[in-house]
Amino acid sequence: MNSQRILHRLAPWALPVLLLAVWQLSVSAGWLSTRILPAPSAVIAAGVHLVSSGEIWTHLAISGWRAGLGFVIGGGIGLALGFITGLSKWGERLLDSSVQMIRNVPHLALIPLVILWFGIDETAKIFLVALGTLFPIYLNTYHGIRNVDPALVEMARSYGLSGFSLFRQVILPGALPSILVGVRFALGFMWLTLIVAETISASSGIGYLAMNAREFLQTDVVVLAIVLYAVLGKLADLAARGLERVWLRWHPAYQVHKGGAA
Amino acid sequence: MTAQQPPRLLRGIPLAVRKLRKAFGTREVLREIDLHIPAGQFVAVVGRSGCGKSTLLRLLAGLDSASSGELLAGSAPLSEALEDTRLMFQEARLLPWKKIIDNVGLGLKGNWRPQALEALEAVGLAERADEWPAALSGGQKQRVALARALIHQPRLLLLDEPLGALDALTRIEMQQLIENLWRKHGFTVLLVTHDVSEAVAIADRVILIEDGEIGLDLHVELPRPRVRGSHRLAALETEVLNRVLSLPGTPPEPEPVSPLPTQLRWAQ
Repeated sequence: MNSQRILHRLAPWALPVLLLAVWQLSVSAGWLSTRILPAPSAVIAAGVHLVSSGEIWTHLAISGWRAGLGFVIGGGIGLALGFITGLSKWGERLLDSSVQMIRNVPHLALIPLVILWFGIDETAKIFLVALGTLFPIYLNTYHGIRNVDPALVEMARSYGLSGFSLFRQVILPGALPSILVGVRFALGFMWLTLIVAETISASSGIGYLAMNAREFLQTDVVVLAIVLYAVLGKLADLAARGLERVWLRWHPAYQVHKGGAA
Repeated sequence: MTAQQPPRLLRGIPLAVRKLRKAFGTREVLREIDLHIPAGQFVAVVGRSGCGKSTLLRLLAGLDSASSGELLAGSAPLSEALEDTRLMFQEARLLPWKKIIDNVGLGLKGNWRPQALEALEAVGLAERADEWPAALSGGQKQRVALARALIHQPRLLLLDEPLGALDALTRIEMQQLIENLWRKHGFTVLLVTHDVSEAVAIADRVILIEDGEIGLDLHVELPRPRVRGSHRLAALETEVLNRVLSLPGTPPEPEPVSPLPTQLRWAQ
């Protein structure tokens, strides 16, 4: 019984571990050139080296700062626009079709223009990240508010709620599941945009680390940078899940099973 | 008219409806409704679906506005008594993101928690106060909705088929709960239902709405507590049902007469 449970726990890891082992073996046996793929051990060694020199932290910090600031600005604007169009008929009439039109422009297509506007410094990257995170949050906020059960709103009005208290107690919590879906999409776009922006032009950050390593044929650092992006993306997703678990704990779909509940 | 009730404070709102009309576009849902309901009376409104009975309730609750006519609480417009009016919907309409006790206290200010617990106590759910509504059954949700309405100490309680979705046993339990709370607090009740047996079992007076007009106004002069399944109730139920089912043709009875034993033949 117990050993079976351990087996079930370990089973999902079997394939990745096997893959890593084959990879390591094929590099050390010389079947795979280190120019194409470095051995996993080499990637780890590169990571250890960058950590001990402290270099990695400055790059991580600057990438995190760009991502975070862009997300806050873009998400904030998206949320505000979503509230405006979701809550007011006139807001919807005036804004929604314009926003939907801009949404259809792939924001990465703006890179040449953005470089012309802002040069290649921080502003350009933060602008791109903000643009990438704005629309998923806008769209989901707008739809979340539109899909709040009108029966609940009617009930709340008949119990004397209106204005801000109606918004805070009924509309916002009702829209929150959808808004958080938007946040998860936006976090995905946030890293994607940042990777592209940093790869094109940067003098610091993880993307710079990778591009710089490419010039010196340090494939181990390049792979390390890719792994770092993956880990950061996973962390952001975990954070979003954590928010869901806290803010949507009333929702049956997000409840952690405690057992014994009738 | 309602002398049969036990003596109590006249907490209820006396309700007067004068020449009430409501049209949605060109479709007239209610026409020329005239109704007088004394304070504290328990009135059941029955009718086929789409006859306008829910519309009447929504007008009384201030959720819609009438096309013409007057709604009066005593001599003042009913809209001034909105604070004293509470509506219970067909579905419980609890906010799923608020704990049960917070649902009961919706729209209240100050220290309402002890009061909310008391209201939950009255519907027998005090020990579930800190759970999410999703954990409750349909009947329990409606009991919370009832507590939420009662905490405002309404003088007019409007019930829009609140028991329609419940199973038969839970339904009878809820009917008794509502009846007991009504006897205790003495508010005026308007219960919209499609269940004629429920209407005659619980109400002082049964009003039938047909084609937007009052088709039948029947006083149920039976002592409480009423015995379910008694002959008198069955006879009354048959009288109303006959009226509902055999639409035009039969002239409306001018005065409610006590049911004849011969009418029992229709009961099958």
